[in-house]
Amino acid sequence: MSASGPGRTIRPVSVASFAQSQHVRRDDQHNEVEMLMPVVAEAFGNIGITKDDVDFICSGSTDYLVGGPFSFVTALDAVGVWPPRAESHVEMDGAWALYEAWVLLQEGEIDAALVYSFGRSSLGNLNEILTLQLDPYYVAPLWPDPVSLAALQARALIDTGRASEVDFANIAARNRKNALSNPKAQVARDVTLDSLLADDYVVSPLRRHTLPPITDGAAAIVLAAGDKARRWSDRPAWITGIDHRMETHSLGARDLTSSASTAKAAAVAGVGDGPVDVAEVHAPFASQEIIVLDSLGLDDGTVSVNPSGGALAANPIMSAGLIRIGEAAARVSSGSARRAVAHATSGPCLQQNLVCVLEGE
Amino acid sequence: MAERAAVIGVGQTHHKAKRDDVSIAGLVREAAKMALADAELDWADIDAVVIGKAPDMFEGNMMPELYLAPALGAVGKPMFRVHTAGSVGGSTALVAAHLVTSGTHQRVLTVAYEKQSDSDAMWALSVPQPFAAPLLAGAGGYFAPHIRAYMRRSGAPEHIGRMVAVKDRQNAMRNPYAHLHLADIDMKMVEESMMLWDPLRYLEACPSSDGAAAMVIASEAAVTGRYPPAWIHGMAMRSEPTMFAGRDQVNPRAGRDCSADVYAQSGITDPRAQFDVAEVYVPFSWYEPMWLENLGFCDLGDGWKLTESGATAFEGDIPWNTSGGVLSSNPIGASGMLRFLEVAMQVRGQAGEHQIEGARLAFGQAYGGGSQFFAMWVVGSDKP
Repeated sequence: MSASGPGRTIRPVSVASFAQSQHVRRDDQHNEVEMLMPVVAEAFGNIGITKDDVDFICSGSTDYLVGGPFSFVTALDAVGVWPPRAESHVEMDGAWALYEAWVLLQEGEIDAALVYSFGRSSLGNLNEILTLQLDPYYVAPLWPDPVSLAALQARALIDTGRASEVDFANIAARNRKNALSNPKAQVARDVTLDSLLADDYVVSPLRRHTLPPITDGAAAIVLAAGDKARRWSDRPAWITGIDHRMETHSLGARDLTSSASTAKAAAVAGVGDGPVDVAEVHAPFASQEIIVLDSLGLDDGTVSVNPSGGALAANPIMSAGLIRIGEAAARVSSGSARRAVAHATSGPCLQQNLVCVLEGE
Repeated sequence: MAERAAVIGVGQTHHKAKRDDVSIAGLVREAAKMALADAELDWADIDAVVIGKAPDMFEGNMMPELYLAPALGAVGKPMFRVHTAGSVGGSTALVAAHLVTSGTHQRVLTVAYEKQSDSDAMWALSVPQPFAAPLLAGAGGYFAPHIRAYMRRSGAPEHIGRMVAVKDRQNAMRNPYAHLHLADIDMKMVEESMMLWDPLRYLEACPSSDGAAAMVIASEAAVTGRYPPAWIHGMAMRSEPTMFAGRDQVNPRAGRDCSADVYAQSGITDPRAQFDVAEVYVPFSWYEPMWLENLGFCDLGDGWKLTESGATAFEGDIPWNTSGGVLSSNPIGASGMLRFLEVAMQVRGQAGEHQIEGARLAFGQAYGGGSQFFAMWVVGSDKP
């Protein structure tokens, strides 16, 4: 196993199982627990285990989607924590919940963990909700919504001469076409570039096709180490490096056309230590995929990028990052990739980023 | 634990009803700078930042760690945000500590806060949810029936709650950072305060505070600081469901299991005898006798007798909440961390007027939700 961080050998941990919901624009029929239960059951069922086989549970979600405090509290009923369990929650994408579980597994005292996340993005006005992530004194009162901020970022990228609206359309077309082979995808279609470029602008230079869908969805992953990793998978997808980094919140103080935090996390996770077959990147806006791939040091000419369709095919808030890790691991477990990179993002204009490298044997 | 870890710096704000003088960033930075100074470190020495707070709706900022990153020197570093209800301050410290015990980082800054004056936590807690039992008027309305159940089970007399309310406020007089400094507090004053949620009177409930807490947790190789390190001997978290017919909300199994785990890690078989001091999350007076039993400091039914005997008073054989506890300062997200921080201060010998002479081994506990989320640690002046 390669090292994560300077000179440190990490304990091999595998993504032993992955499950996700059928992603939809609006799920009126199920509450969060009902949405999660079949996903958690599938994650356990895939490898024939029960909740008694995991030693730790960690989840990621945000109260602001539900519009009430402690949304993660009742969500725990999807697992049924009786007798009581060692459990924790992050108010972050599930990819960071996975990171917390991975850290615990590094200590060698436990061998398996359940990670899950959920987001019903349809319950409120997502543009208004995400605006509440901004500096509450100087920025949020201006109500710049996430589409407008991503448009500023896309405009800055065009101004560097590194990308054009045609590139954004190509990225959107590729992701949606890839999604045709993903039965869980919400948006999957094969469309011509010309028809995409005939779309209206939502916020210039972002046309409708460059935006992620609004998605209700959930995901779960079982992490395993030691004997359990071997027992639960014929072909484990090992995490050989994982790291995450934060940038400043002030958009005016950042170069929005590059992602220093992604580059740093990629270096620590060891993305460049070997060839990459597949990359699952969490770029909610098509324009952001260019920035993320550049910062990861990956080229979509040689790497299969987002075979699942990425966040442009389904973007359940708080889960889309965890799903990238699950999708990348699935490629390694199936043997279609030997080495894969997964990426998750949080905050306006890619403020915080996590990079995970997965390898087969 | 794979690697040893210790608290090498602590910091906290002056907790107040309204900290109008600072922004949220200013509030967390005040505690963080104090912790760094105590550890004799600078921002650049920190590898990662772990922040926790109670529901984002308390201030109206979604995932505020994004906005707070530069104020906490987290730019370019891993930054992590924990939220586990009222236990969050404790859980946040545990997540930070595991980043060190796992060998991932050498020095981690952990911060927790609440700026309750930005909104109204009681009503933010009381948003009606479909298919969920209503909390009615905040946390007190939820816990009062469980307190009544405890009184019926144990036969505890009414004055026990008032004794705790007085004792913790007297302890707070020793703590310059505490929100409430009620110099004249006595049983009569508590008894004459307004009834809020029978049997809880106004002075038997925690205040609403603005405040923050911070600690620097380091590996053995990275120990620095003005005071000796507080070594972490054990840490554990447990959760149980909110709604479940088999639950005992008066004496929750998650609390018992969590303490059994953390005691086993720390070699504790008789907590009352072995610990020199304990800080336990007591937001409503009656939770002292209830947690005394839940945490095994006495036999079932005897918690109130321990309180009544003065054993948990400052001069008692097992002082509880020497800082004044949650009853004297309640910046919700930070309240759990303040428990963990106070016991670190005690075993480092830096607690000033509220120092228990010669404290060497101490226990910190935080709980949240409907008595269903628990975080605990044991710290000592000796290496584990």
